[in-house]
Amino acid sequence: MAVIYIDDKAYEVKPGKNLLETCLTLGFNLPYFCWHPAMGSVGACRQCAVKLFKDEQDTNGRIVMSCMEAVKDNMHLSVDDHTAKAFRSQVIEWLMTNHPHDCAVCDEGGSCHLQDMTVMTGHTYRRFQYKKRTYKNQYLGPFINHEMNRCIQCYRCVRFYKDYAGGKDLDVFAAHNHVYFGRAQDGMLENEFSGNLAEVCPTGVFTDKTLKEHYTRKWDMTMAPSICQHCSLGCNIIAGERYGELRQITSRFNGEVNGYFICDRGRFGYELVNSINRVQQPLIRGKIPDAVDKQSLYNHLNEILSNTKVIGIASPRASLESNFTLMQLVGKENFYQGISETEAQLMRTILHTMNSGQIHTPSLKETEKADAVLVLGEDLTNAAPLLALALRQAVRKKTIENAGQINIPSWHDAALREFAQQEKGELFIAYPTQTKLDEIASDSRHKSPDDIARLGFAIANYLNIMAPAPEGMDDDTLKYARQIADILKEAERPLIICGTSLYNEAILKAASNIAFALDTKDKKASLCFVVPECNSMGLAMMQAPSLNQAVEVLEKGEADTVIILENDLYRRGSKKDIDNLFNHCKQVIVLDHLHNDTTNRANVLIPVGTFAEADGTIVNNEGRAQCFFQVFMPKNENLRESWRWLDEFRQFKNGTSPEDLTTPGDLMDEMVGLMSQFKGAETVAPPADFRIYGQKVPREPHRYSGRTAMLANINVSEPKPPEDPDSALSFTMEGYKGIPPSPLIPFYWSPGWNSVQSINKYQTEIGGPLLGGDPGKRLFPETPVAENAFLNNIPPAFKPSPGEWLIVPLPHIFGSEELSIYTPGIAERSPKPYVAISKHDAENLNISESDIMQVQIRDQNYALPARIKEELPQGLAGIPFNIPGLSGIAWPAKGILTKAVI
Amino acid sequence: MISNLRTIGLTFLHMFRKRETIQYPEEKVVLHPRWRGRIVLTRDPDMGERCVGCYLCAAACPVDCISLQATEDENGRRYPEFFRINFSRCIFCGYCEEACPTYAIQLIPDFEMAEYQRQDLVYEKEDLLIDSEGKYPGYNYYKVAGLASGVKGKGEGTNEEPPVDIHSLLP
Repeated sequence: MAVIYIDDKAYEVKPGKNLLETCLTLGFNLPYFCWHPAMGSVGACRQCAVKLFKDEQDTNGRIVMSCMEAVKDNMHLSVDDHTAKAFRSQVIEWLMTNHPHDCAVCDEGGSCHLQDMTVMTGHTYRRFQYKKRTYKNQYLGPFINHEMNRCIQCYRCVRFYKDYAGGKDLDVFAAHNHVYFGRAQDGMLENEFSGNLAEVCPTGVFTDKTLKEHYTRKWDMTMAPSICQHCSLGCNIIAGERYGELRQITSRFNGEVNGYFICDRGRFGYELVNSINRVQQPLIRGKIPDAVDKQSLYNHLNEILSNTKVIGIASPRASLESNFTLMQLVGKENFYQGISETEAQLMRTILHTMNSGQIHTPSLKETEKADAVLVLGEDLTNAAPLLALALRQAVRKKTIENAGQINIPSWHDAALREFAQQEKGELFIAYPTQTKLDEIASDSRHKSPDDIARLGFAIANYLNIMAPAPEGMDDDTLKYARQIADILKEAERPLIICGTSLYNEAILKAASNIAFALDTKDKKASLCFVVPECNSMGLAMMQAPSLNQAVEVLEKGEADTVIILENDLYRRGSKKDIDNLFNHCKQVIVLDHLHNDTTNRANVLIPVGTFAEADGTIVNNEGRAQCFFQVFMPKNENLRESWRWLDEFRQFKNGTSPEDLTTPGDLMDEMVGLMSQFKGAETVAPPADFRIYGQKVPREPHRYSGRTAMLANINVSEPKPPEDPDSALSFTMEGYKGIPPSPLIPFYWSPGWNSVQSINKYQTEIGGPLLGGDPGKRLFPETPVAENAFLNNIPPAFKPSPGEWLIVPLPHIFGSEELSIYTPGIAERSPKPYVAISKHDAENLNISESDIMQVQIRDQNYALPARIKEELPQGLAGIPFNIPGLSGIAWPAKGILTKAVI
Repeated sequence: MISNLRTIGLTFLHMFRKRETIQYPEEKVVLHPRWRGRIVLTRDPDMGERCVGCYLCAAACPVDCISLQATEDENGRRYPEFFRINFSRCIFCGYCEEACPTYAIQLIPDFEMAEYQRQDLVYEKEDLLIDSEGKYPGYNYYKVAGLASGVKGKGEGTNEEPPVDIHSLLP
């Protein structure tokens, strides 16, 4: 620890950091623009000036930029020095000379870093009387709005977009006081993380365009801590509501998971909550009218549930609570996972490895620190976007470490990039097609799923001779395997990433073998699994049989009624199989929030709340249980949590009265009591009766407006505010005003810090964990519970069979996910259906780009335009995974491709 | 005793003073221009709505009786989709007028708003919007704001340079 003196007061601080982050950690309000905790310092904005003194005697001192100054022991500086203060306010006055009078119509207003910093430095009166510079704006696609006049040239946008996220199409143009941040031409921002520009930009140049559609100031939103539901990573988000509509998603800092950023699918994929496609009322089909009230629904269900043999079909996108209550309702022996047998088997393999305790499943934060990475069979940018962002940081780790040897600190961004040039860490990718991460990979190979697995087995075999070796490998691949094995062995923090998206079990086994082979006494290899959906892991941990078994039971006539929980089965298997399932059912009871093909088959359809209208716990890909909280109480009282409905239905089974309702906390206790594998999940968030000084944590900021007017058009007497018996959060602005426990942070705000940058005040140190520790609880053992036994079952090498193609699913960040597609912008960016074929096959079939091809998968026929991919191995074809119009395929699939006859 | 006599004397003298009570409603009260009464939404000199839906009035309101929703027309001009004031809660403090960056919301010298039904004290935008510039004639916010919204093009506003040509290398 170093001791520094700030305004003659001694502080003990961590050496190696820069002065700015040190001052902010200590609680000083020091203004800044260009520095960002995740991106380091460049010293461009000259805003964070402090006075540095030579020693104790020095009274003159000199002005330095605190972000560019490393902490040294026995340093004397002054933040409050009047010349430093004058310097800072002068700088902001210059920055403001060209800043327009836009705050009233600027979406950043109220959460604007520039507003905060201007007030902080005391620049309250504009002396500048002359003309202001103006720019023309650009169209940047459906997510981001551009208003260049407001720019203060801090360069944060390009530093994030190009340097941090690997974007190519945003840059800085022109010179001197004319610099322009935008694209070379109007057009869609291509990068998958462009939404973060709205948070990274300290002013309103880049703002959230979807928020603009229904604009609300930050202070007017009812917000709650939530978890993103659009992939398996479980990024933490803040969801905000106004007038009964979900308005905005922002990133919620979690040092272990997503850090400061989220991807565009997570940020903009929230429109499903406001969709007109929502199920609004309980429906009993065949009754006239079919929309019924609660009582007639209960009467009807009472009849069905007490007379028939019922099975329950769970869902990987429903919370643990909902799945568990379904299990309790139908009984463990009648409870099925709502996923195909193939997927269930993949999840079992993953669970087997994770339960062994032999491997370490890294958090996203840890993946950023890996020094050698091997990706087997995953297109991360599309399947788990933030993991791709983490890998972009991981490949820089080695150069940052090397730079440390010549005394370049890790926060000195400009110097680091100068030092690193094009040098990159080790990243190897094996995937059938080209992925976006290939550009930063040391080497990438395009192979069929089985060959990827064989490569993995070969690497494991090189690492440990006990591991089974694949036979008949060619020399080139063996050489490649040896190269990777050597690099992984050398590495201090090797990381292997694999997943379920190719529906190939052998890949998972090969990856496990590599991790087992790397396992030594002092070093545990990290193995990261990408799983299909937000609660796939949680559902798999419940160890229920798959959908295929449910079909068998129905076919045998052992059951005739199904309850389907938040699951569109037509995305889980071929249309024929699912139709077959429904044809064997007498009664189909579906609980879901949006109308889809499955709800169309329902005899009884029950509306439920989305993540914004429900509390719940989900388990992410690393086995971290995390809680999301209800954002608002919907006006429609039919929109209740699935677990609340199902819990009430228990009365028809065992006669408990509906008044004995349980809170999600009680449900979790009951669950952990019955299934010890979830132990710890009940402690993720403080219980519902948790209070701070007798107060709840308010979901609304203290400036929340319009309480006595927003409902006055309906009735001038204000209704009682809704109560929340399920959590320690309240739906009002009354309650504890300080910093709540980290799982309960509904929004970031601190006096003088209205923007998202107020996160600084919630962390133990800048960029470090939140006060009280990052939320979430890992459920898997870290200590070995079993001897590591290498997994066998090496598939034979892939050989193209004439006339038949192996069809691989190609995930797309926009389009492949079921719920985010309801956002018009995401639907706009979703690809149109296509079939990708190799160049060789295309030549054989006499196909050129965009020719229509006939694709026959089992008994389904699709006419799809061809996309020729040079790198795709022969005999393989790719189809975008589950995009609109292309669901209902049982993966893995084989198909026949022919040129369509027109 | 002396005090009582003095009081009687003073009261007697008041009989010769000018009358403070007026015969309302036949006779109207004289209200000064800065009197804080009924709240109105004004228009700019081009008769466009002045309110840009910035929510500052709502935030400033100590009784939270203003509620609105901002929306945009096809040119990007912001205006309130609805604007509601619950006058049964309003305390006529004038903070909303003080907070308004566009001179849209103004308190005018009128207090005759009594209703038999409390519900009738809820005013919507139709009730609030007047065809006048109110107390601040001549001001048009969109002429001084940086963004283009159909009122003026980029760089055509008051005190604005023409848009930068980013391809130019001239100093």
